[in-house]
Amino acid sequence: MPQIVVSANKLDVRYGVQEALNGVQFQIERGSFVAILGPNGSGKTTLIKALLGVIPASSGELEIFGRRPGRIDPARIGYVPQVKTLERTFPALAVELVVSGARRRWPARVRADEKDRAMEVLDSVGAAHLAERALNALSGGELQRVFLARSLIRRPELVMLDEPAAGIDVAGASDLYELLEEYQNEHSATVLMVTHDWHVAHHHATHVLLINKRQVGYGTPDHVLTEPNLRQAFGHVGHAHTMSYSVGEAEKGG
Amino acid sequence: MIDLLGMPFMQRAFIAGCLVGFLASYFGVFVVQRRLSFLGTGLAHAAFGGVALGLLLQTEPLWIAAPFTALVAVGINWIRTSTGLTGDTAIGIFFSVAVALGVVFLSLRQDYTADAFAYLFGSILAVTVADIWVTAGVTIVAAALIPMWSRWAYATFDSELAVADGLRVVRHDYLLSILLAVTVVVAVKVVGILLVAAFLVIPAASARLLSRTFFAMSLVSGAIGILSAVVGLLLSYQLDIPSGATIILVQAAVFCGAVVMGKR
Repeated sequence: MPQIVVSANKLDVRYGVQEALNGVQFQIERGSFVAILGPNGSGKTTLIKALLGVIPASSGELEIFGRRPGRIDPARIGYVPQVKTLERTFPALAVELVVSGARRRWPARVRADEKDRAMEVLDSVGAAHLAERALNALSGGELQRVFLARSLIRRPELVMLDEPAAGIDVAGASDLYELLEEYQNEHSATVLMVTHDWHVAHHHATHVLLINKRQVGYGTPDHVLTEPNLRQAFGHVGHAHTMSYSVGEAEKGG
Repeated sequence: MIDLLGMPFMQRAFIAGCLVGFLASYFGVFVVQRRLSFLGTGLAHAAFGGVALGLLLQTEPLWIAAPFTALVAVGINWIRTSTGLTGDTAIGIFFSVAVALGVVFLSLRQDYTADAFAYLFGSILAVTVADIWVTAGVTIVAAALIPMWSRWAYATFDSELAVADGLRVVRHDYLLSILLAVTVVVAVKVVGILLVAAFLVIPAASARLLSRTFFAMSLVSGAIGILSAVVGLLLSYQLDIPSGATIILVQAAVFCGAVVMGKR
């Protein structure tokens, strides 16, 4: 029987009187690559924050590894936040940021063994040359790689990423997805990724969760990324027909 | 110099200046990096309300000002974390209310108004042995909590990442707020209510310009806090000018130097 890593049952999240998520319900099996898709303000980031235990669920049930968020060993989860929301003025070196992922505290000094491990992980994401750079001297793409290294240094069973490709060029984003898939295959990890990109969801994800505060669909990309679903979630299907992947292809089983 | 250090009031001034310089500049790195520089001004004015209440009650003002200011710090933190209001709005509200209370308290016993004005500008040369013991006590507590640095630094970098990693950020924020409030109160005697915010902000801001890591920033800020107190006291004695203001002008000179060095 497949192991359920994340489970949501009639999940509601509210900010005061404002509804952020309503009745979201899904189960994620170990080894899945799930893309969370929806328009701006649809509750994608809220869902990630609820899973991290940063925002409490207003009602319903939410479990990770069979326990409530915030009550599991944080080392089992790797998290890559949205780079655009990060504080870049904090004085720190990339290697310190990576080590903070292992320690789960900010390091005053980085020990030699910690540095070796950090360099190994930075190297695996092609960012070893950035180790001694200050955070405010990194580009968005470089910072994204360093954050990915930070999340992978603890060898998480579940990796959550919030718009990891935002601000990165197409080649950089493609490398990032390859790195993720490589890690997922090596460690039988589960990946949960917020994205705006239907193309990415179709080509990299095993499952898609389509939301717009309420759940529009959850299942394989072919079943979820249909024109009626996308219209319901986004209000339109945008430029999907002009992309290399199109809704029509998905409906054909593309 | 030896003659100077032979005078008991100068000995007390140097000890108080160094302790307050270290405390304020150590906690100042969290204030500056969290963009809460206005908090120093807010807490200093809250201390004014506490001092006025102490004078009204005819007791040692700092004994009343410390819990009063700590309560204001907790209130600011509570408003900031449990409503949608920003930190500067919460500080602005408590700042005004504390000053208003101070004015009302002083109006009830007008014969103490002159004492209250002494706290506005501070007088490091009037520091008593009891003041030294209180400041040393606060410094010992701060030193005992140095292991918290890595948690506070993590929450300063990104509070959501820290929460996700199991850190009880809200609890730590309250603790840090109370320590800041007590630091401001002990610094009031040295530098005065009007200038105490500079102790929290200028050394940390200078250190930020000179440091590549947050740990280095913390060390450099502490060093600037202590050194500027020593140099400021020596200059104030030599030039016969107010000591608190002189220390801050020394800190300002260090800041100018840091701006120039930081641009290289």
